[in-house]
Amino acid sequence: MNILTLVRQVPDAEARVKVSGSAVDLEGATLVIDGMDEYGVEEALRLREGGANVESITALAIGPKRNEDALRTALAMGVDRAIHVETDEKLDAVALSRVVAQIAQAENATLILVGGQEADWDSQALGAATAERLGWPQLTWTNELKVEGDTISGRHDVDDGNESFSAPLPAVVTTQQGLNEPRYPTLPNIMKAKRKELRKDSLDTYGAANTVRVVNAEIQTRARMNRVIDGKDPQAAAEQLLDLLRNEAKVLA
Amino acid sequence: MKLIVAEHAGGKLTKATLEMVAAAQNAGGEGPVTLLVLGQNVAAVANEAAQYAEQVLVGDSAALAAYNPEVWAAAAAQIAQEGEASLVLIGGSRSGREYAPRVAVKLDAPYLEDATSLSVNGSTVQAQRYTYLARVTETVEASAPTVTVTVKPGSFAPAAPAAAAGEQYDVELELPAARTQVTGRSVEKTSRVALTEADVIVTGGRGVGSPDNFATYVEGLADRIGAGVGATRAVVDAGWRPYAEQVGQTGKTVQPKAYIALGVSGAVQHLSGMGKSKFIVAINKDAEAPIFKVADYGIVGDVNQIVPALIEAAKK
Repeated sequence: MNILTLVRQVPDAEARVKVSGSAVDLEGATLVIDGMDEYGVEEALRLREGGANVESITALAIGPKRNEDALRTALAMGVDRAIHVETDEKLDAVALSRVVAQIAQAENATLILVGGQEADWDSQALGAATAERLGWPQLTWTNELKVEGDTISGRHDVDDGNESFSAPLPAVVTTQQGLNEPRYPTLPNIMKAKRKELRKDSLDTYGAANTVRVVNAEIQTRARMNRVIDGKDPQAAAEQLLDLLRNEAKVLA
Repeated sequence: MKLIVAEHAGGKLTKATLEMVAAAQNAGGEGPVTLLVLGQNVAAVANEAAQYAEQVLVGDSAALAAYNPEVWAAAAAQIAQEGEASLVLIGGSRSGREYAPRVAVKLDAPYLEDATSLSVNGSTVQAQRYTYLARVTETVEASAPTVTVTVKPGSFAPAAPAAAAGEQYDVELELPAARTQVTGRSVEKTSRVALTEADVIVTGGRGVGSPDNFATYVEGLADRIGAGVGATRAVVDAGWRPYAEQVGQTGKTVQPKAYIALGVSGAVQHLSGMGKSKFIVAINKDAEAPIFKVADYGIVGDVNQIVPALIEAAKK
């Protein structure tokens, strides 16, 4: 089995987000590998360590230069090699899936792992779009995964609870917290990773045209009243709050 | 036509579906608002749908008894193609956002994900959506004969029933076999109002102290005021509460009229799931907790003391 694990480099969740002009400006932000993708990298390694027949694990990133760092992290965690399709164009999921599907075919991948939701663009679409292009089944929001022969099984979250599933490989699996605890790259592994292959591809090879334009970005903050009541006298505080909710906000009967 | 794939549960359309009807009605663009009802024995749902849409297409078969992303995507794409849909609206639920990208790829149509607004101008569709953990509002647009959109629940006021009922038509669907087998299912049933439909939500965090305290204070207050119950990721990870109650980046996104956070510190991942609530109330003994920054009303105090007083006061 060849595993393709997708990674991205994104602002840290605690980083301050700012907008310059009509676009988000990442200048000065602390960047990290997308946590949701990191679960996918870790899971690929664990499948191999757990005895599944894993021939290769390749990390793939499509996007600006900063993604090289996410690939380096994946290499240091233990993936075999990395591919970076470098572009400054912000591609939507439908366009990106074209690139991922072509690389999956070229690499003979049978399992693609990708984070359930992007930490920056909040998109959940790439896994499903890629699965459709390849004609593969997909399992989203997976928090338990097993591979036996040509079958994957596990658990994943659905609208109103969770399900156990089984599906034939090849397949796309989207990952989330709860699946595993990603390892920290050790210094020797970081050093070793420097000698691993990081292939650079041009986007032109893949014929992926963007279909969604971002025409504006703004930070909309809602003015909050910040009326804080001292709770030293619980009964008085509770009555005051209830009065505000009933008579000022009018949200309680 | 403007095609909407209806979401329904327990024989009724969801509120999110009525919100999509309103979004389609008000977006502009041409063609009748059309609801596609998929399932088995869905006549009652189809009748209800006819009160809201100009036409209702009904795919009622055993193959549609349970949701499957590949099956749903095939059905939606086939109808969108046959009806030359300019818009395909799909619910921004977990399942909707799971099969919508497949529909977009099948139709080679751009995909606008998790839209909070929608407008059509000629063949250009524009929408807003939240990014960066809901801290940024982006405006996105696409120009194509067909555009696929998922609509974020809670972003539009639900449509009211129309004066005249729409026409209903049965449709023949060519469906693939479901390759993913569901081998077990745990549905978290609650007698309370669903989180994404609740006007008021009471959420508990680690600061509540224990699972017992959660039941006494969070559920106690929720039941007293008729609210839904939410939980933070920390509480769900600790096994105090089921995942279905989790609010935040990896849980549900909610925008109730009032969100009452008990013992919740207010991590950005949590704020991304509830920060658009109309009023936010925080009760926390730590006056420095980030939740107070986004709160309209707050009490600095111990949940164990304040909430019993609140439950008592709410009886009056």
